[in-house]
Amino acid sequence: MIQSIPQPRFFRIVYNSYVFLFFAYLALPLLVVAVFAFNDSQFPSLPWDGFTWNWFFGSERPMIGVFHERSILRAIGTSAYIGFFVSILSVMVGTANAFLFNRYEFRGRSVLYVLMLLPLVIPGIVLGISILVFSSSLANYAWDTLEWDIELLRPGTLLVILGQFSFITTIATLVISARLQKFDRTLEEAALNLGADRLTAIRTITIPFLMPALIGAFVVGFLMSFENFNTTLMLVGSDAPLTIAMFDRLKEGSTPLLNAVSLMVMLGSTALALIMIFFQRRD
Amino acid sequence: MRSEHRLGFFLLLTPLLLWLSLLIIIPHVDILLVSLRERVGVGRYEFSPAQYLVFFGEPLYLWTFFRTATFSIIATVITLIIAFPVSYYIAKIAKGRTQSVLFLLCLLPFWVSELVRTFGWMILLRETGVFSNVLQYLGLASGPVEMLYNDVAIMTGLVYTSMLFMVVPLITTLESLDDAVVEAGYDLGGNALSVFWEIIIPHAVPGIVSGCIVVFMLSLGNYLTPIMLGGKDSLWFTELIYSQFIVRFNWELGAAFGIMLLVLSSFIVWIMLRLTEQTLEKTMGS
Repeated sequence: MIQSIPQPRFFRIVYNSYVFLFFAYLALPLLVVAVFAFNDSQFPSLPWDGFTWNWFFGSERPMIGVFHERSILRAIGTSAYIGFFVSILSVMVGTANAFLFNRYEFRGRSVLYVLMLLPLVIPGIVLGISILVFSSSLANYAWDTLEWDIELLRPGTLLVILGQFSFITTIATLVISARLQKFDRTLEEAALNLGADRLTAIRTITIPFLMPALIGAFVVGFLMSFENFNTTLMLVGSDAPLTIAMFDRLKEGSTPLLNAVSLMVMLGSTALALIMIFFQRRD
Repeated sequence: MRSEHRLGFFLLLTPLLLWLSLLIIIPHVDILLVSLRERVGVGRYEFSPAQYLVFFGEPLYLWTFFRTATFSIIATVITLIIAFPVSYYIAKIAKGRTQSVLFLLCLLPFWVSELVRTFGWMILLRETGVFSNVLQYLGLASGPVEMLYNDVAIMTGLVYTSMLFMVVPLITTLESLDDAVVEAGYDLGGNALSVFWEIIIPHAVPGIVSGCIVVFMLSLGNYLTPIMLGGKDSLWFTELIYSQFIVRFNWELGAAFGIMLLVLSSFIVWIMLRLTEQTLEKTMGS
């Protein structure tokens, strides 16, 4: 089944059609979401009532487009805000972790490494409830003993950021570690021989080398945060990010407005992903 | 270690320890403790296994638990079967530009949120949806067909939504298989079937295991897909956790459910690793 081994014609045709069908299957749900964003009807379903841009730009009821729908715009803002902080935090902690595991041999290293991987095999909803329960315990304790009401420990943006950070950090650590392992440490030693101190050597030699991985980890973190649902669902307060806001609307029944938002999300995340891939390829 | 070295070590160790202890370890110990208590009065709790007794005493909870586990295993197997030929095609048969384009086409749908993907399936499957209309147009159905809100719809959604996490590790391991090894298999008298079972599959085991672990975890912990495609009575375990926490505000029972889900997922991951003699570091850490 490789090119150098000839296969019967019939087998090749079946195999190629299978692969083709697979890609059709991948594309189909996204395609219908995109197409019905332009349907001139109240429902994202057949019959097709004609083409319209109103679900993007419309400003009058019953067709209020995305750009005039305050709650959706606010939710996009919240998601971007959360994603930004989650990615920054994860990349910082992930870089520290990568250096720690790459540069130091110490007792308990392998135990810590397994613990670091653990968030990948904890269901997101369990991560969410455990952080919710723990922060509420802290908040209740502060109230019982000191009569402080710590609003920040109640469900809301801070908890969502911490909840997403708790597993996106693992991804960031893995992405950055993979690149750090390829780093030739003699380059750093050369900088030290030329009179640089450790920090300067790392800042001017190692960090620039790591840059594609840092950018990659940031973008992956942002996209994962933006689309996260399970952990966020348990920790969300009154200020819902986009996936939660869309879910609440979808439960009430859908209009092509949701298709329009989805199409924008698709284009946005595809663009980000392509930019990232382009960055990784360049070197 | 020199003192400068030591300082650097502790500076790097601190964020790791803070992250793991404050966001992973202590919170999980905390839900374990909450799950092991019973409310005996206003604000007064006692240590007791009551929540677990409720769980094991209520057939609906147990049924939902096993149903979720079985469905997740089936979804994992179906995903593997669908993904394997495609991964093999991309890793070994497609070359050059086609290969990178196909790989990219596999990745892109999954940068879009799960909500959007599931929404797409709703548009396809519902009574007024695309499939129903196509069937009527072709004369295969006389009236609208509801394909949403059943188990097949849940399965379709689960398989679709975790496909990428199977395809990527499979492609990675299959790419590292040297063509010469496959050729040698044929030279030594093997046929397509024996080469597949004795050379390709054994080589792909690490990828199969890591793909299966991730897909299983994602299915088991999924909330969106069963709710949206399966409707109100989808009987998915995460839904029970959600309703105890958010709707009924019974955190003790919800915590016990959470612990049960965690135990189940860890157990199945452990079994998979044991059966294939893999370790978590090897399958996840690469």
